Amino acid sequence: MRRRDVLAALLGAPLALACDDEETPPSVEGELLGQSHEVGHLLRDEDLRAAFARGDVETRDLNVAIVGAGPAGLSAAWQLARRGIEGVELFELEPHPGGTSASGRSEVTAYPWGAHYLPVPGDGQPELRALLGEMDALDDAGEPREHLLVRAPDERVFYRGYWYRGLYPTASMTAHDAAQRERFERIVARWVRFRDGQGRRAFTIPSRLCSDDAEVLALDRISAAEWCRRQGFTSPRLLWWLEYGTRDDHGLTLEDASAWSLLFYHCARVEDPEEESADFLTWPAGNGALVRHLARGRRVHTGHLAARIAPDGTLDVIEAATRRPLRIRARRVICATPRFVASRLVEGAPPSDDGHWGAWMVANLHLADRPGERGFPPAWDNVLYDSPSLGYVTATHQRGRDFGPTVWTYYFPLVDSDPTEARRRLLDHGWSAWTDAIVADLSRAHPDLRRQLRRVDVWRWGHAMAQPRVGVRRSEARRRAALPVGKVHFAHSDLSGLALFEEAFDHGLRAADEVADALSEEAT
Amino acid sequence: MTEPATTAFAKRKVPLLFLTVLVIATAGLVYELIAGTLASYVLGDSVFQFSTIIGVYLSAMGLGAYLSRFIVEKVVIRFVEIELAAALIGGFSAPFLFYVFAYADAFRVLLYGTVVVIGALVGIELPLLMRILEKELDFKELVAKVLTFDYLGALLGSLLFAIVLMPTLGLVRTSLLFGMLNGAVALMTTWVLGDLIYRPIRWRLRAKGVLLLVALAVAFVGSDKLTRFAERELYDDRVIFAEQSRYQRVVLTHGALGVQLFLNGNLQFASHDEYRYHEALVHPAFALAPHARRALVLGGGDGLAVREILRYPDVETVTLVDLDPAMTDMARRVSVMRELNEESLDDPRVTVINDDAMVWLDENGDSVEAYDVVIIDFPDPNNFSLGKLYTSRFYGLLQRVMHPGTAVIVQATSPLYARRSFWCVERTMAAAGLHTAAFHTLVPSFGEWGYVLAMTRPFDPPREVPDVEGLRFLNDEAMQAMFVFGRDMQRPDDVETNRLDTQALVQYYDQEWSRLER
Repeated sequence: MRRRDVLAALLGAPLALACDDEETPPSVEGELLGQSHEVGHLLRDEDLRAAFARGDVETRDLNVAIVGAGPAGLSAAWQLARRGIEGVELFELEPHPGGTSASGRSEVTAYPWGAHYLPVPGDGQPELRALLGEMDALDDAGEPREHLLVRAPDERVFYRGYWYRGLYPTASMTAHDAAQRERFERIVARWVRFRDGQGRRAFTIPSRLCSDDAEVLALDRISAAEWCRRQGFTSPRLLWWLEYGTRDDHGLTLEDASAWSLLFYHCARVEDPEEESADFLTWPAGNGALVRHLARGRRVHTGHLAARIAPDGTLDVIEAATRRPLRIRARRVICATPRFVASRLVEGAPPSDDGHWGAWMVANLHLADRPGERGFPPAWDNVLYDSPSLGYVTATHQRGRDFGPTVWTYYFPLVDSDPTEARRRLLDHGWSAWTDAIVADLSRAHPDLRRQLRRVDVWRWGHAMAQPRVGVRRSEARRRAALPVGKVHFAHSDLSGLALFEEAFDHGLRAADEVADALSEEAT
Repeated sequence: MTEPATTAFAKRKVPLLFLTVLVIATAGLVYELIAGTLASYVLGDSVFQFSTIIGVYLSAMGLGAYLSRFIVEKVVIRFVEIELAAALIGGFSAPFLFYVFAYADAFRVLLYGTVVVIGALVGIELPLLMRILEKELDFKELVAKVLTFDYLGALLGSLLFAIVLMPTLGLVRTSLLFGMLNGAVALMTTWVLGDLIYRPIRWRLRAKGVLLLVALAVAFVGSDKLTRFAERELYDDRVIFAEQSRYQRVVLTHGALGVQLFLNGNLQFASHDEYRYHEALVHPAFALAPHARRALVLGGGDGLAVREILRYPDVETVTLVDLDPAMTDMARRVSVMRELNEESLDDPRVTVINDDAMVWLDENGDSVEAYDVVIIDFPDPNNFSLGKLYTSRFYGLLQRVMHPGTAVIVQATSPLYARRSFWCVERTMAAAGLHTAAFHTLVPSFGEWGYVLAMTRPFDPPREVPDVEGLRFLNDEAMQAMFVFGRDMQRPDDVETNRLDTQALVQYYDQEWSRLER
């Protein structure tokens, strides 16, 4: 008879069950992951620098070299192939393509490491629809495949001890809360209907097509918090819900996000104020499924560190594992890296010191079984009210595996006002500190989580996404950063200041079109 | 008071007052254990919860004892009032705290507040009682007896709570029960010490006590909705098998009407009329696919549909995919089930696979040879996990294991009680590209029950029953009658299809059946 059985006999089963917490739960393993910083020192290696300076390196000619195989670089490669351009190769520092749309896989399921859904693109995004058509994500009538649309229930919120349907907690909502929420929806509807003198919408995707009317751009002059104050929004749950949006999409608090980015989040995916916003497509691997499709059949050189890009189309790269230097002479180069990398890499590129990049922690929790909980049943996206995290997404939800082992992807944006401070906080905490924080956060909703937890992998994204703070929308420097420098073109969601797949895709296609046009011009 | 009167008082009433001490002590300890258990339940970390609750409770008793010195007049009346207050607050403590936890912010504040109040009330009671008794007994004897009963009460409380109350009544009803006991003792005191209370006040106290008892009793009866039923209360018959699997609670009962199976408390079949249900579920499909060799059963882990399928000598293989091994193991092992399903799951032609049917179809649909007959016998769509098994996506996946001659039957809840749900299943199958024929029959245990027959090509509903042994219900006339719907079961115009991303069916089902339950 074990100690717990004695307790059970004396005090009753529920007590003994509660005492289970004190028993040693199964040990949790896991690892700390992140971008490859350690190869940076190769850039300062004297021998390599000397070799490049002498031109004493293996040299290859290429039609188009793409630096960075994230969504933007891969989209550019996809578009170049569609336009019949051959001799295109990609160089990627990380061991896998995909950037922040990376994904992983266990015996149980695939799971995302970053971006995990794509709103169904409308008719205004024909190329993206073509990509989805290739992936068989749309049927012959152009409708999204049922099994790729987020399976109901799509989201729930944990509020005061219970899970509730939806993201906005309606339990014990006051008339005041309801009135403010309604007023916010009316403002959104007004902005959705807005058209400027040229017929452009205030907020749409890609953001390139958004109106630059003064009334719209005025929203980029104030923070989302200031905008809420001016609108008289005081309902705590409305403000929580709005801030959830800015944290989720931009990794920013209402104080730091621009009012423009707040309304972009709520308006851009709504075609018609009478209708719901666009449905979401998702895959167990998240947007990993998109980048995997884009990377199929492409020549991607992973583990290659770009050292320098010259306006004449010279690209110096180092194969990190072997320290082998390589010089590419490309007719055109597409630099599809974040702006702060591009500004250092490309000679003559504009500086990026106007931009800010947010730090994120993303963890995948491997569970032996579903932990206990109360209230509305498990959804795809599971959000905890008043948590610094964004909650978790269940990787097995979409496939319909509702029982047994699963993987939860837990998102945690570090929303400090100073991104450098956020990065320090991110990197100061190791695996066990992050694991403890995650367990503490989620145990509120799932008291026996620890008992089901087998593995936690923690990914620290130091520069996860460019942040749409006040002024970013109007930033001249951001606009200039998209302009070609000699034979070097630029593609990245940073150029929109919005970390969305659609933005990366849009810039990838634009850069690819610039390159394809230039090459055909040269040919004639 | 004269000497003889006191003696009489002591003889008749003192034992009753010691009984009071016992009840007070027992109830007090039980309230404390309830608070500790409840806090451990909802907040976790039981060591912390129990040590702080016990500490706070004991110190609150000290506080109560101290406060008792400020009660100088009308001691007996105050004593009864305090007992009533303890009954009220202690009795409702568990439902109150559950409610607070669910709907209010300051759970911890109210938790410890409740513990302090109860502790203080109990703490006042004993000194007051000792003062009431001090005139009747020798001090030495008084202290000895009061403390003895107090500590005995504590022992009784802890043992009762652990061994009897928690397992049978649960927290809420234990709390209410002790409230009632506490109140009853208070009421009793108004008689035992009635002589010491001014008459009108006595009656007022009694009225309060009765009112409180009634309130607690009403809550006790109504608490069924708050607490989970003990199984013997839920099921009329003797439970012969019960297992909580990872997926559901499986309970088999045996009574006057025979064997009944419940999943999560919902009746799945009753042995006296299941033949009607299962004949209708299986044979219309075989009427359309007369020489079927390969059959697939999705759900139906009880083996009863398989029993019907095995009546056909042409059948060579039956694959049964049921999520829950607890279910298929029960169908194979429990003797009344083996009798009922004629050991169908042990037939060499039958393969049992424990997997989610949708995941199984998704992963195996392209690799398995198509089936000639598919019987789909899932529990009703009362949650999202089951609802997905009735979606257009599911019926799309299903077509991967069908060929043009394949006949499918889906059990589709009641077209009478859940008309919209039933036709939602039919519309969803049609939306997925299947040709359908809805039908229904009476299964007394369930009421009027519905099914959908489907093929990938157009077909006419069957008019003749296949020529097999052992049918008890179906003949040609009954077969034809099943496809006729009266006005009250006809298809409504505006039924949505059930899609994975909307799960309209779960909402229909919830609305229609909850309307009947209220």
